[in-house]
Amino acid sequence: MSDSTFPEAPTASACPACEAAPMARRLAASGALEDKPEQGALMLSLPGIHCALCITTVEKALMAHPGVRSARVNLTLRRATVEAEPKVTAEALVKTVNGVGYEAHEMDPSALSTTATDRQGRELLMRLAVGGFAAMNVMLLSVAVWSGAADATRDLFHWISAAISIPAIAFSGQPFFRNAWAALRHGRLNMDVPITLAILLALGTSLYETAHSGEHAYFDAAISLTFFLLAGRYLDHRTRAIARSAAEELAALEVARADRLTADGEQTVDVADLVAGDLIRVRPGGRMPVDGVITEGTSELDRSLLTGETLPVFAEPGRVVSAGEVNLTGPLVIEVTAAGKDSSLHRMADLVAMAETTRNRYTSLADKAAGLYAPGVHILSLVAGLGWYFYTGDARLAINIAAAVLIITCPCALGLAVPAVTTAASGRLFRKGMLIKSGTALERLAEVDTVVFDKTGTLTLGAPELDASESHDREEVALAAGLARASSHPLSRALYEAAKAAGIEAAEVSGIIEVPGYGTEGSWSGKRVRLGRAAWVGAEPGHKTAAWLAVEGEAPVCFTFTDRLRPGAEEAVRNLKEIGLHVALISGDAAPAVHAFAARIGIEDVTAEALPEQKAARIAELAAQGRKVLMVGDGLNDTAALAAAHASLSPASALDAARVASDLVLLGEDIAPVASAVTTSRSAVHRIKENFTIATVYNFIAVPIAIAGWATPLAAALAMSASSITVSLNSLRLK
Amino acid sequence: MEVLVFLIPISLFLGGIGLAAFFWTVKSDQYDDPEGDSQRILSKEYDDHPKE
Repeated sequence: MSDSTFPEAPTASACPACEAAPMARRLAASGALEDKPEQGALMLSLPGIHCALCITTVEKALMAHPGVRSARVNLTLRRATVEAEPKVTAEALVKTVNGVGYEAHEMDPSALSTTATDRQGRELLMRLAVGGFAAMNVMLLSVAVWSGAADATRDLFHWISAAISIPAIAFSGQPFFRNAWAALRHGRLNMDVPITLAILLALGTSLYETAHSGEHAYFDAAISLTFFLLAGRYLDHRTRAIARSAAEELAALEVARADRLTADGEQTVDVADLVAGDLIRVRPGGRMPVDGVITEGTSELDRSLLTGETLPVFAEPGRVVSAGEVNLTGPLVIEVTAAGKDSSLHRMADLVAMAETTRNRYTSLADKAAGLYAPGVHILSLVAGLGWYFYTGDARLAINIAAAVLIITCPCALGLAVPAVTTAASGRLFRKGMLIKSGTALERLAEVDTVVFDKTGTLTLGAPELDASESHDREEVALAAGLARASSHPLSRALYEAAKAAGIEAAEVSGIIEVPGYGTEGSWSGKRVRLGRAAWVGAEPGHKTAAWLAVEGEAPVCFTFTDRLRPGAEEAVRNLKEIGLHVALISGDAAPAVHAFAARIGIEDVTAEALPEQKAARIAELAAQGRKVLMVGDGLNDTAALAAAHASLSPASALDAARVASDLVLLGEDIAPVASAVTTSRSAVHRIKENFTIATVYNFIAVPIAIAGWATPLAAALAMSASSITVSLNSLRLK
Repeated sequence: MEVLVFLIPISLFLGGIGLAAFFWTVKSDQYDDPEGDSQRILSKEYDDHPKE
């Protein structure tokens, strides 16, 4: 998308998370920035659409917008794709859609890689379809053979089976062949090696048998094995693709742009295009896209995502700002000091990469099973083959038996054991509002015995609420609300809301002016009144988040605020304790605030004023004590801890870097489902282990039969289907 | 049993048509928005021709 497409888009995105990290990811994959297409489709997220009328209304409204060539709504993804001339901005389209009564948000198409994931899914689906088609036909012919077709008819049926299954396997089995070859080339064994060997050996011996009018051919086993295993692969792929696209959607809602000030005025550019020395404007409510120094304007900055502090910091020219801070009151002009590789964005990209490699060290249950299984099966089949060869001296019989052992033990059930359960579990968690991003997350989450929470933005919403405990004079509240009404500062908003909730009418204050970074001032009954920072009204600042009201000639009055509790926070802590987990709190906020909060929510193990490194160190310390820690956090200061923890979770409002470092993302505002995530993952791992047991029991019964040489193609087909179906049904029992 | 000479090719051919049709539906993006498609049939908009 061309940069000039959005001359008026604001720096502040609608989504409450940082613009910085998507950029970091793009920087990490640098090079992609240069070959951006000159113009592409605009994407809008439409969370509110649900019916046929919604589709037609939105599409008609978009088509009526001047310059739009085509518009298509996708109801499944709740998205609209619009092809338009370059002069059409996403912002204008959002307004158009809002105009017909639907919520719309701009999305960054470069953060969505749906086409790439689609291609892989489609490829698997095609292979699955071919495998299914061939398996059904071959099975039909095999049933005829099993029910007594003999001589020429049997040979003909075997030849037709060969003609169907060989090309079908050549096409459908490619994912297994490729993986097996990749493993063998690096001198390793994985699950795909015995699979490939079984399929090829079965085809080879069956072809030989058919050519010599043999009685047993395993074409049906080879093709249905491919089909069942592909079904497992496809389930696995879909689970991952759904999680990935939901995660991408969160990232795409944060459009990384900045308003650059140039000689010809303001210009909206991609954050990646900024260079050191550029001047950018950050509006109130906007997030700092880069590191820089304030050159113009005064305001207050919310640094809670970076440090966990809830107290806003005063900002004036000369102050250094870093990406991720939120500008609260006045517009600021920032001189960019670090861009591209030098900036904190790049450091964040390193952090993200680090988080990903840490995770990859975990060995999943499936890998463990494959590690035991692959060599075991090879040895078993080799021993059976050699044993029969030395016992009878008949190479043909020996190879047939070796092939039968490989087919019978082949991990149909093992291939389904994990994906069937993870599909069921992630679907269940998704309905509860949680997104699993990592394949091994369920298993790691199930092992967790300690939960460490961050405070600001995780257990709280990061939005202030007027302390109810302190009683205020109605008149004072009315006056404060009158001043607060004119400001969009979070404290003013909270004050005004509290007054409204208490049924107190705001006083009429005239001549209100907002002094960015300080507060609001006006005149009331002929006196000058001020609401704002302690220093500005002539009071001593305290520990708590507070706004001071000063009436000329009177002592200033203090209104204190606490961070609003996230819905379900108390329930989450209580439920986690109930299922026997140790709950701890680590916050970067000041000690009194943290201790008061911990007492309110019922957490005993508290660490306050923790620096980001200390958070990670505390996690490492817990890990050294043999504890498996689930870290729940949202800020940049939590990212290292999230990456260091055994498993990690972050709310959707978290900074992008924190979300990327997490295994699970909480999509809703309510944090209560955290406890059920742990119980669901425990029961999922229990099911996976049960499935492995079922598969093993089948092998214990079937393998002796195969080694004894009694296995017929019918027995192989029965064993394979029965174990696959049992395992799939068992997975559906997941609670 | 001679009838098999006809029946087997015919059954394979019919199955093949189904497979080809499935390939076509996948290739022409017909599974991209199942929810939307199920709703679009309720609208009179697309009675004459489907949405491009």
